[in-house]
Amino acid sequence: MNPDDLHYTRSHEWVRINGQIGTIGITEHAQKELGEIVYLELPEVGHVYNAEEEFGTVESVKAVSEIYTPVSGEVIEVNKGAVGQPGIVNDDPFGDGWLIKLKLSSDEEVGKLMSAEQYAEYVQSEEKAK
Amino acid sequence: MKYLPISDADRAEMLATIGVSSVDQLFAAIPPSVRQDPKLPPPLSEIEIRRLFGDLEKKNANAQKTAFFLGAGLYHHYTSAIADQMLYRSEWLTSYTPYQPEVSQGTLQSIFEFQTHICLLTGLDVANASLYEGASALVEGLLMAERLSRGRTRAVLSQAIHPEYRETVRTYFANLALDVVEVPVGPDGATDQRALATAVDEKTFAVAVQSPNFYGIVEDWGAVSTAAHAKGALGIAVVAEAVSLALLVPPGEKGLDIACGEAQSLGVPMQDGGPVLGFLACRTAHERQIPGRLVGQTRDAEGRRAFCLTLSTREQHIRREKATSNICTNQGLMALAANIHMSLLGKRGLREVAQQSHAKAEYLKGRISALPGYRLPYQGPTFNEFLVEGPRSAVPMIRDLAGRGILAGIPLSRFGAGPANRFLVAVTEMNTREEMDRLVSALSETGRER
Repeated sequence: MNPDDLHYTRSHEWVRINGQIGTIGITEHAQKELGEIVYLELPEVGHVYNAEEEFGTVESVKAVSEIYTPVSGEVIEVNKGAVGQPGIVNDDPFGDGWLIKLKLSSDEEVGKLMSAEQYAEYVQSEEKAK
Repeated sequence: MKYLPISDADRAEMLATIGVSSVDQLFAAIPPSVRQDPKLPPPLSEIEIRRLFGDLEKKNANAQKTAFFLGAGLYHHYTSAIADQMLYRSEWLTSYTPYQPEVSQGTLQSIFEFQTHICLLTGLDVANASLYEGASALVEGLLMAERLSRGRTRAVLSQAIHPEYRETVRTYFANLALDVVEVPVGPDGATDQRALATAVDEKTFAVAVQSPNFYGIVEDWGAVSTAAHAKGALGIAVVAEAVSLALLVPPGEKGLDIACGEAQSLGVPMQDGGPVLGFLACRTAHERQIPGRLVGQTRDAEGRRAFCLTLSTREQHIRREKATSNICTNQGLMALAANIHMSLLGKRGLREVAQQSHAKAEYLKGRISALPGYRLPYQGPTFNEFLVEGPRSAVPMIRDLAGRGILAGIPLSRFGAGPANRFLVAVTEMNTREEMDRLVSALSETGRER
């Protein structure tokens, strides 16, 4: 269920690389754990982040979770549709529920992220640890 | 509260359990050099105790025994016997902040009603369940504006905000990377609007002004919000005498974004200075940054009207160190008192309290300013409190008048906020004309005695 063309973090974000642009969102597993998402706090365009830096929060009916950038870069677009209707993140976390787009500042960071297969194993091991 | 007695046998058993031979041994770690003998008097019987404290109480002047004109942040308004009767019902009195909230529907309903009253009075959309007092309410208002600004570092404050409120702000800000700029008052006693507009810059997250201000002057809140918004900052209304909100245009209607302050005068007795009642209100757009508890109205599974804590995810018990504030309770009993009081008075009653307070203050202001040796240093419009400049130092003068059963006012020197001969006089619906005339005569006489 985790698309093969994405790269994943241990904090359950994903990034899709398209040339110099990275689209970032949270995973299916993350949205399921959070439950009904009611509010997104996202940065403004122009903000520059280092990899693993907090860039916003996802608020559900039961929790608030910080979200971290998988890679470094400058925010070039924020998903206004998701801000207006946060439920999209529940419905389509890998598609219309994306959060921000970054202009990447490094090509090398992606290599450190997990593949879909590795992420699936990671989630399974995390589940077992519970 | 229960009194739990302890017998010698109980004490011996407890000491034996922890392996200690005497109570004194528990304090062995405290060096004798820092111990102090409290030199307590011998025990007294209940009758003797009552007599002792009765005699002590007689030394106090209070608002019942005197003609009372003290304000400066606490106000002597009437609270009905009905309010007391309701407040002391054990269902209300013993329930603290709702930790298992939804089972306490009555408590939640009362908080919801309190919030609604505050929203109506301030002209804003969202009010929290209350805070401890006005000074920390201002701090919380400023901190929420700082969070909303995402990275701005400066607060601009009017110098005519209550000195103790400003001191509280400085205390909180001392260890944060935030600075405070204070703007003085102009010749009319209102905050100098030109200086205010100049002080606001791109780093400013909030502009806070109190109205009626510490000197009693009604400020131009419209100008405050214009100055704040010109640089993208939020405008904060500070209110220390909340009864004024029943008569003056609400700050929300004048474009201000946050209102905060002290709601003691809405049904909480002065009770020797506390507990009092802080409030904080804001616009819907900013609701996720308001600290403290929020009660919302909803429907239960069967479609009935019900109340619940809402947006709890902002709060410390869920969000830990990322919470909006470490405020995770509210001033429950005092908010309840205010809710009962306001519900009893209603819109008309509260307005009448405000009108009487204002009209009586105007009468007294006119008479004092006509006395030889006295003048009003500031000519701006006032609500129920005003600044007087007398012919001599206010502290001994006020002490003299206290000897005649009149508490005439509060010297500015008490707050380091002005010349020694200036003092604040507050008037409420509780002051009779006879009291006011007595104050005028006494001021006239003491003015001539110098």
